[in-house]
Amino acid sequence: MKQTEICIVGGGPAGLTAALKAAALGAAVTLIDRNDYLGGQLIKQTHRFFGSKQQRASERGINIARELAAAVQNEERITVLTGATVLGYYKDGVITVEQNEQYLKIKPQKIIMATGGAEKSLAFPNNDLPGIYGAGAVQTLVNVYGVKPGNRVLMVGAGNIGVIVSYQLLQAGVEVAAIIEAAPAIGAYWVHASKVVRAGVPIYTGHTIKRAWGEKEVEGATIIRLDGKWQPVPGSEKDLDVDVICLSVGLSPLTELLWQAGCRMRFVPELGGHVPLRNELLETSVPGIYVAGDVSGIEEASAAMMEGALAGLNAAKALGYDAPDFAQQRDNIIKELAELRSGPVGEKIRNGLVKAGLA
Amino acid sequence: MRVTEHPILNFQKGAKVKFYYNDLELEGYEGETIAAALHANGIRTMRESIHLHRPRGLFCNIGNCSSCLMVVDGKPNVRVCVEKLRAGIRVQTQRGKGELK
Repeated sequence: MKQTEICIVGGGPAGLTAALKAAALGAAVTLIDRNDYLGGQLIKQTHRFFGSKQQRASERGINIARELAAAVQNEERITVLTGATVLGYYKDGVITVEQNEQYLKIKPQKIIMATGGAEKSLAFPNNDLPGIYGAGAVQTLVNVYGVKPGNRVLMVGAGNIGVIVSYQLLQAGVEVAAIIEAAPAIGAYWVHASKVVRAGVPIYTGHTIKRAWGEKEVEGATIIRLDGKWQPVPGSEKDLDVDVICLSVGLSPLTELLWQAGCRMRFVPELGGHVPLRNELLETSVPGIYVAGDVSGIEEASAAMMEGALAGLNAAKALGYDAPDFAQQRDNIIKELAELRSGPVGEKIRNGLVKAGLA
Repeated sequence: MRVTEHPILNFQKGAKVKFYYNDLELEGYEGETIAAALHANGIRTMRESIHLHRPRGLFCNIGNCSSCLMVVDGKPNVRVCVEKLRAGIRVQTQRGKGELK
């Protein structure tokens, strides 16, 4: 049995910043990721981030991933286990892991779960045909491996992911036939949307997909207009000649380990599904288990990095580690997070977080 | 199909290797996933659904959803979206739940 002070599950933006902050305070950290690289989904984000300078605005996700991963590898207090899948959490606080077909047991004093999220699907006839992907899946294929999913794409969902991935498909030389969005307005920031519109991609708001066509693979799609009550308008169908359909209809938190650990969970639609209740330290109802990033509610990578930093600081502090400027460090992150979630764009998240609070 | 030109990215590829998809000999690059190599060869069907035998392909591409399970060198239920391509491997369409021998 391996002992460690803080075990972090997931080496994406939240897990990496959690590891760096906890180690900086002096804690011994074990960071586990099932992939053979660190960075999580940042490794396919070729667009520039938003927000303030502290939030790494105008940097590309791929570069942030590289930088954070290098910092983690260079920190001697952090042990990195890649290609390692956490299999379970046991009630004596032991975490079991598979790495290189070996079974490992780890007994940490504190755990930070930063397992991220998974893309949602959408119900329509033929939604299981090859050629229908999550938008993030296509982003991985194109931006990480340089491989095209097909020739002509229908993007379903005009939130940031749908619009950004559409633009990145164009950059890779893949045609985007249309972006459709069921809501009356797009969810994406206009700076992203205007790029695809300028490139000639139509965005149809108030539209949904009625069905996909094809026997063995996608050969087309029918879209349909929705009225003010989200009901399809008969006769408004339009057939699109596409061989790829990307679903960009949200993500849900990957919470299996939290359920297994017995954390109190609540269904909060604003946060993408079932999420763990947590206090202001990001500690769940199971003492010693903290959460950060999409597993605690779907947001953007910037928020995940700040939550990770916060959880890392808090977990290390709970072990007795401290710094002269601890309070200031923590307050700064809390302030930045509040700024990020301010205004009309953050309203949904703020409403969700109220429901996910642990009294 | 591979991306040939890109304004931001420069794709680093490993050694070119041969592998087999069912009885077809194909080429791909070491270090990319089996799913990426198959897509580069225009192959998007990975398995059959268990009950209705409908074709299934890639969905999440990061190891979450199990849509892309294939038989690799005789071993069933391999998530080809995260399994790396190696020279000479045999990749087969998975039918049914697969059996561990």
